[in-house]
Amino acid sequence: MNTHVKIADVTTGRESADLSRRSFLVGTAAAGLALGYSAVPGMLGADQALAAPANFDPSVWYSIAPDGIVTVTCGKADMGQHIASTMAQIICEELGANWKDMRVQLASNDPKFNDPVLGAQITGGSWSTMMNFDAMSRAGAAGRIALTDAAAAAMGVPASELVVRDSVISNPKSRKSTTFAEVVKSGKITKTFTPDELKAIKLKTADQYTMIGVSVPQLDIPSKTNGSAKYGIDVMLPGMVYGALVTPPVRYGATVKSVDDSAAKKVPGFIKAVTLDDKTGTTTGWVVAVANTYVNARKAAEALKVSYDGGPNAKLSSQSLLDEAKRLQSLDDSGLFFVKDGDTAAAFGTAAKVMEAEYTTNINIHAPLEPMTATAQQQGDIWHIYTGNQFATRSGAIAAGAAGVDPKFVVMHQMWLGGGFGRRLDADMTVPAVQAAKAVGKPVKVIYSRENDMTMDFSRPLTFQKIKAGLDGDGKLIAMNHDVVSAWPTKRWGIPDFLTPSVDKKGGLDGFTVNGADFFYTVPNHNVRAILNEMAHNATPSGQLRSVAPGWTFWAVESMVDELAHSVGKDPAQYRIDMLDGKGANAGGAQRLRNTLLAAMGMSGYGTKELPKGEGMGVACVSSQERATASWTACVAHVAVAPSGEIKVKKLTVATDVGTQVHPDNIRAQVEGAALWGLSLALYEKATLKDGGIEQTNFDTYTPLRMSQVPEVAVSVIANGDKATGVGEPAVTVIAPAIGNAIFNACGARIRSLPITAEAVKGAMKA
Amino acid sequence: MPNLNINGRNMSVEAAPDTPLLWAIREQLQMTGTKFGCGAGLCGACTVHVNGEAVRSCQTSLSEVAGKKITTIEGLSAKGDHPLQKAWIAEQVPQCGYCQSGQIMQAAALLSKNANPTKEEVVEHMDGNLCRCMTYSRIQKAIMRAASEMRTASNSGTERRAT
Repeated sequence: MNTHVKIADVTTGRESADLSRRSFLVGTAAAGLALGYSAVPGMLGADQALAAPANFDPSVWYSIAPDGIVTVTCGKADMGQHIASTMAQIICEELGANWKDMRVQLASNDPKFNDPVLGAQITGGSWSTMMNFDAMSRAGAAGRIALTDAAAAAMGVPASELVVRDSVISNPKSRKSTTFAEVVKSGKITKTFTPDELKAIKLKTADQYTMIGVSVPQLDIPSKTNGSAKYGIDVMLPGMVYGALVTPPVRYGATVKSVDDSAAKKVPGFIKAVTLDDKTGTTTGWVVAVANTYVNARKAAEALKVSYDGGPNAKLSSQSLLDEAKRLQSLDDSGLFFVKDGDTAAAFGTAAKVMEAEYTTNINIHAPLEPMTATAQQQGDIWHIYTGNQFATRSGAIAAGAAGVDPKFVVMHQMWLGGGFGRRLDADMTVPAVQAAKAVGKPVKVIYSRENDMTMDFSRPLTFQKIKAGLDGDGKLIAMNHDVVSAWPTKRWGIPDFLTPSVDKKGGLDGFTVNGADFFYTVPNHNVRAILNEMAHNATPSGQLRSVAPGWTFWAVESMVDELAHSVGKDPAQYRIDMLDGKGANAGGAQRLRNTLLAAMGMSGYGTKELPKGEGMGVACVSSQERATASWTACVAHVAVAPSGEIKVKKLTVATDVGTQVHPDNIRAQVEGAALWGLSLALYEKATLKDGGIEQTNFDTYTPLRMSQVPEVAVSVIANGDKATGVGEPAVTVIAPAIGNAIFNACGARIRSLPITAEAVKGAMKA
Repeated sequence: MPNLNINGRNMSVEAAPDTPLLWAIREQLQMTGTKFGCGAGLCGACTVHVNGEAVRSCQTSLSEVAGKKITTIEGLSAKGDHPLQKAWIAEQVPQCGYCQSGQIMQAAALLSKNANPTKEEVVEHMDGNLCRCMTYSRIQKAIMRAASEMRTASNSGTERRAT
């Protein structure tokens, strides 16, 4: 992308020969040790040729300065999951540095910072730890070996006699020692690694860990207690002006007919109203009011009189989207198969009992507390974009599209994210910033109002699912047809690689709308259809909201499994355990999931005592996020339901198997946050579409969980020793079905739509 | 040109008197620790102290605070070592951290008046502050830890004087 662009480095003001490396390691790389794959001979030849001779190997992932400070560059967006600190921790383990010497910085969109597995800069899916663990471990180990070799040469002893610990390299025999700082200062590091050598490095085994599994202080936290952490909204550039948005009443598809700025011109400091010409299709009908301050920009935005053509979606409502989903689901030839095992039609023919149920989820809004914001600055041919973003690779390209330049001329400057939750995978915020900056010839910082942020969210889509299940004479589940109808958020990206081929190779489907439906229960005849709701896709361009598909697929599956168990008089937990027999492709995963379910049951006292009238416990267990990346998670929810239908969640007990714990305290923080997100989505968050627009505009009508609504949450983390898996999302997905199932056990009301309301519970009690 | 007393210093701000305090602090004074979240007093991210009271700076105009003592997160302590800030680190509270300046300022106003709050008092006092990462239970723990530290500090001070 921007690998060989000549620019003036904005942070130093000096002319940089090459954007790819030096501009990001200024001050440390020049005299420090740095390590990374771009520097490995033969991997990226051009980069290697540019390496300064004084350096050992200029790095992507970290560098060590002559004072011994190790600065890790994190290619992942840090939205509160402390991934930068986690990357530093994995490197630190193998490097043998003292944690006090570790620092973190955030990467630009230079491709050399791409995820080593994904080949792009994208943060999501709870993938980061799993996919970067090996690369960061090897980078750390390579540094330790290089430092040790140099120290050994200086001491005149074999490297094998040296021990590395806390940034000190010592010889137990001679009791001589040196520090990382001294070795780096000496400039005598000569060791380099070929890719094969890097691959051949023997990494530590779990019993040798001194850092992995330790809850070290997160490196970013102090700056988040004193106001010094810099988020996208905090960027200040010389000569910068501000942009405030005027967005149309229709979420997508409106066009601006006219803009009357006569009243805005009376606002002091007003510069210009810019109507976006967004050829990327990310936004429609947006106008930016630019002024000398944000307050004036906002005043000017309010003074603009914009008239619109509402476009094709202007009459649509949530009901229209749901009606269309039901119509599509009823068609035999809709959608593409994500799962097609056995012969469900034949199995239904032999089934002793067939049950059907429909499940829906409403639109949900990300609403990170930092509203969307971006600052754009043009310097010569280069566009600099400052924003916290989860998908720098694509967002840089969208910004380039908005600017009308090749993506290689866009530099994305990563900031701390004031909440991500998937919202910042999108790039819409760059479009008004770039086009306003272009129009006024100055750097422009655009800040969405909360109202812009909510009504223009790339929301979790409205979903409709229908499950048909067939049981044999023993009550065993032998056939399931599961249809999932929704907008397809990943299709919107326009990147074919992110689509999943259907099992019968008839086309690409959005796997991120059906993940989870390919569960670990043994069901011999099983179909899952992914059906695109084109109307919803167009009217409510959807995004990836924390946990994405498993947030709705497990709502349906785990509610339905419960319904089936009750219909044949079996305990719902035992019914699940029986289906988690680990046959065939489910081997291993099914047993791990069973074990977490048993752990959650044990911790919650499930089934051990009679609960008071109106109270109930419900279970659910999930293999979120994807089959291949699952963290095995189970929940027992304990609820009390009042005769009015009002629900009080008394306790959520969550058990999760994450394979290997890098940072136990962070895992607990993430699992608890995810569980409370699950609760918030289950009971408190609902957005609705009316006349093509999202009706909720601020936190008075869109109401995420507050402190007074937090129940007791008990978390048990299981580490079975397998590879480290992700924890940011899975626990989101297990909560709603556990609560729904608990409500049924408390009062007999079966709820099939999210969010769950007191009215719905009361209505279902009577029915 | 309004004059403001912020974090113990007198500063003049180039802004109209109806300008929300939030934006004067962030843009004119370039102290960005105070955050914009909702612009409607619904989330608490912009919380600062005016004469020791926690207020939403997005809902407070410059004309309302003339002559009053304003404290932002940057001025809560000299070295970021207010008992709440230390407790926030000890409990590893922040995730994304965006709301935490407001959370800390809101909590500081409580502890300055009530050094021994009950859990219910904490929840009631903090319920207007949203945390989208849902760090609520750690916020509670950190407030209790800070309160305890503040009580211990003042008790030991008394004891020293007594001996």
